[in-house]
Order: sequence, then structure tokens, then C-alpha cells
Amino acid sequence: MPLISIRDLVVEYDGRRVLDGLNLDIEQGETMVLLGGSGSGKSTLLRHIIGLERPRSGQVIVKGTDIARCSPAELKLVRRSIGVAFQSGALFNSLSVEDNVALPLREHTALAPSIIDLMVWMKLLVVGLAQFGKLRPQEISGGMKKRAAVARALALDPEILVFDEPSAGLDPIVAAELDDLILLLKRAFQMTVVVVTHELDSAFRIADRIAMLYKGSFLAVGTKDEIRSSQDSRIRKFLDRIPDTSAHFQSAEKDLERYLQGEMVLQ
Amino acid sequence: MPTLVENVGRRTLNLFDYVGGLTLQLGAGVRALGAALPIVGNRNRWKASVRQMMEIGVDALPMVGLMSLCAGFILAMQGASELKRFGAIRYVIDLVAVGFTRELGPLLTAIAVSGRSGSAFSAEIGTMMVTEEVDALHVMAFDPLQFVMAPKFLATLIVLPCLSTLANACGILAGWIFMFFSTNIGFGLYMRYALDSIVMHDVVSGLIKSLAFAIIIVQVGCLEGFRVRGGPEAVGHSTTAAVVRSTFLVIVADAIFTAIFYFTGMS
Repeated sequence: MPLISIRDLVVEYDGRRVLDGLNLDIEQGETMVLLGGSGSGKSTLLRHIIGLERPRSGQVIVKGTDIARCSPAELKLVRRSIGVAFQSGALFNSLSVEDNVALPLREHTALAPSIIDLMVWMKLLVVGLAQFGKLRPQEISGGMKKRAAVARALALDPEILVFDEPSAGLDPIVAAELDDLILLLKRAFQMTVVVVTHELDSAFRIADRIAMLYKGSFLAVGTKDEIRSSQDSRIRKFLDRIPDTSAHFQSAEKDLERYLQGEMVLQ
Repeated sequence: MPTLVENVGRRTLNLFDYVGGLTLQLGAGVRALGAALPIVGNRNRWKASVRQMMEIGVDALPMVGLMSLCAGFILAMQGASELKRFGAIRYVIDLVAVGFTRELGPLLTAIAVSGRSGSAFSAEIGTMMVTEEVDALHVMAFDPLQFVMAPKFLATLIVLPCLSTLANACGILAGWIFMFFSTNIGFGLYMRYALDSIVMHDVVSGLIKSLAFAIIIVQVGCLEGFRVRGGPEAVGHSTTAAVVRSTFLVIVADAIFTAIFYFTGMS
């Protein structure tokens, strides 16, 4: 039985369909990369997997619970088995890095403060920030913030670790270090990892399987090799970094023609 | 181009949406309030409430005190200029004492706290929305209302009546300073006249108003914050809206309460 199962997921905003009947199974212990261009719906899909939004229809089943339909208490229980590292880090600026990591432990467990301190130190050690625990988020670099966010996501030893654009805004070396960290976490803790990204190098480095999203639908779901060898023109365009300008220019040309003929007014 | 009817319709819907949101949030806020209480609630939320009390209350003491002194002088001088024509300058004491206890103390305090803390609530929560910190709270299985709003709510409910009492004292003190220089009245005699003019209803009605103003300031400030979508610009808009709307609603509530107290014979 898959750990995460998405069935016929439909999401609409103001009548505009953003996700169109998605189906996806993510097995325990695998790293699934949700790959796609801007506006393809990958972040929306991620927000539904972590229960931040409820879909128009369909199911998002995490550990046997449909989080699109479950009670708030059940959702709370499921959420404790998911760790999320947000794109911006989403660390609390009023707390130090170590207090950020300690927060879920202090609130959700009855552990002694000395044990919590030890656990926080270990989590920070794993992400290479053991010496920076006393600093505030605004005092550390972008890459360090992302690693601190990973440490906080790991605090309650979740079964599922979710990354939203882990490489975004980082230089190639720091991005590669973060990829290594994801691989290390998966190896060390046998976690199920879900990563949303549009970075090809990163995706092919860390993924066991890749789900390729395009305009709210999956073009393909498969292993790295299957995606690499795909002959689908839209996947090839994305993988070969071919800009999709022809349709855009054709539309602009038509608009200009209509404007010159007085059929269209500028708004 | 939207027609007049469409504009009126949209604004009416927005108004219902806002009032509905405010009512729902108030209900959820009251339920969340228990988490911030000492002993029966969460220890960390209570600590946060105490911090909020310091920020909302203690830090506002000089401002509220000075504003009330100035308003006390103004009221005493304006009152004296009319009353002395009838040889009734002694009644300046009644005017200041009753005016502050029933009306000016709670109202001035609410306006000061709305500008100072209501805007801060909105800016803080709005920034948390923009930086995904509220999303992070959700995925860490925290209730943002308990985590963010409940300490502010409890602190304001406790602090605003205290600040109003201080404002009353400062206003009445300003009245004595004026009367001392005008009529050479001693402090003891002044206070005896002042206390004779105030009845328990005045004090209770002032405190009831303070509690209502506290609810308005917190709920409007927090709702504006939670409704922030977009970037830093939206935070600025929400901060302005929080001050404008909470000040407006405080004055409307004051008028309603005064009318109720007047027509029920409580004043």
C-alpha cells in the first residue's frame, strides 16, 4: 500500500482549473520529485499533499487517511508524521535557530529540556549548523536558512519529508550540498521524500521517480531513465530547455493586427 | 466598466464577508483563549501572553498617561470657560471625573492601543503570512489562532481596562492641576468632590466599554493580518486598514454602548 496516494485530484481557483484529475502513488522510502515549469501546478499539488488546502474533488490519502475529508484531529495526527521544508525556510524570526528546531519538541512532546537540547543539537549537527544554533534566522545565509528549516522539519522524526523548491535562490554549490543532504537523510532515516522543483540537475540527482507536471496534469510518471528517454515533445522541450516562444509570438502578432485594424482597444 | 448596481453589490458582499469573517474569528478566538490561560492552558502561550501584556500595556503607559493628561487639561479648560459664566466652576471637577470614567478614559486608551498595537498585530501576522510562517504552523500541527492570536487576545483583554483606569486617573489629575491654579483647591478636597460625583455605574460602564474595545482591536488587527495575500505591499495595506477599521469600529461601539447605557438608565 502506498504511503501517499492521490486519486482524481481536481483543484480550481475562481473557476480556473489548476489541477485536473491527478492520480499518483508514492511508496514508502522512495524519493518522488514533482517536476514542472512555472505555473504547472506543482506547488499547488504540494500544498494539497501537506493538507494546507482542500481540493474541489478527489482524494489525498496519507498513511491511510484522506486528508481532504478527515477531521481536524485526524489531520493534526497525520501532520505530525510530515516534516516540511518551505521554499523560504519559514523560520520564526523572533526565535533563534535552535529555538525554531526545538519548538515542535517543546509543544508536542513531554521530553525534559535537557533531552530536547540534545535532540536539537543532533538535528542541527545533521544539517551542519551545530555551531549556529544561537543565531537568529536573519543573521544566517539563504542556504543556512534552508538547512535550518530541514532541521526543524526533522525535529519530530517524521516518516515523510517534503521540500518545496529546495534549490531555489541558492548558488550551485550550496544547492548541490542541499541535494547531498536530502540523499543523506533518505539513506540514514529511510524517509519518504517528496520534492517540488524545476531544477533538472537537482531532480535527476535525488529522485527515485519523477512526476512531470504540465498545466495541471501529469505528462509522465516514471524513473529517471524513463523520463530522460521520453519522446513526448513537451517533456523534451522542458528537459532540453527549449523556450516555448512560437505560440506566444503568434498570439502577440494576431493582437497587433487586430489593434491596427481597430478591432481591439488597449485596456 | 462595472455599473453602480454591480459596485454596490460587490461592496455589500465584501462587507458581509468581512463581518462574517470577523464573527467566525471571534468565535474561534474565544475557544482558543483557554490555551493562553495560566495553569489550565499551555505554559508557553501564557508566557507569550505576559510578553504581550508588557508590549501592549507597560510600553504604552507613558503615551496613554500623557494623552490623558493633555485631554484632562483640555476638558477642564473648555468646561471652565463656560461654567465660570454661571459661577459653577466647581462643576469642572464633576465634568472631568464623570467624563473620563464613563467616556474619555476608555475611548482615548482604545484609540492609542489601536494605533500602537492593533497595527502591530496586523503587521506581525501579515508578515508571517507572506513568509509562510503561518503555513509552517499549520504543518507543524499548531493552531495559528492558539499560537498567534490567543496570547494577544488575552493580553489586550487584561491590559486595556488597566490602561483605561490609568487614563482616568491621569485625566482626573490634570483636572486637579487646572483647578489648583484656577481656584487654589487642595488635592484632598478635589478628590472628595471627584469621588462624590462618580457612581459605580460609571466605573462599570467604562470597564465594559474597555473590554468591548479590546475585542474589536484584537479581532480587527488579527483578521487584517490573516487576510494578507501577496507581498510586503499587502502587509502595509493591512496595517493601515487595521488602524482605520478598528478605530472606526471602536467609535461606533462606543456610540452604541453609550446609547444603551443612556436609554436603560445606567448613566
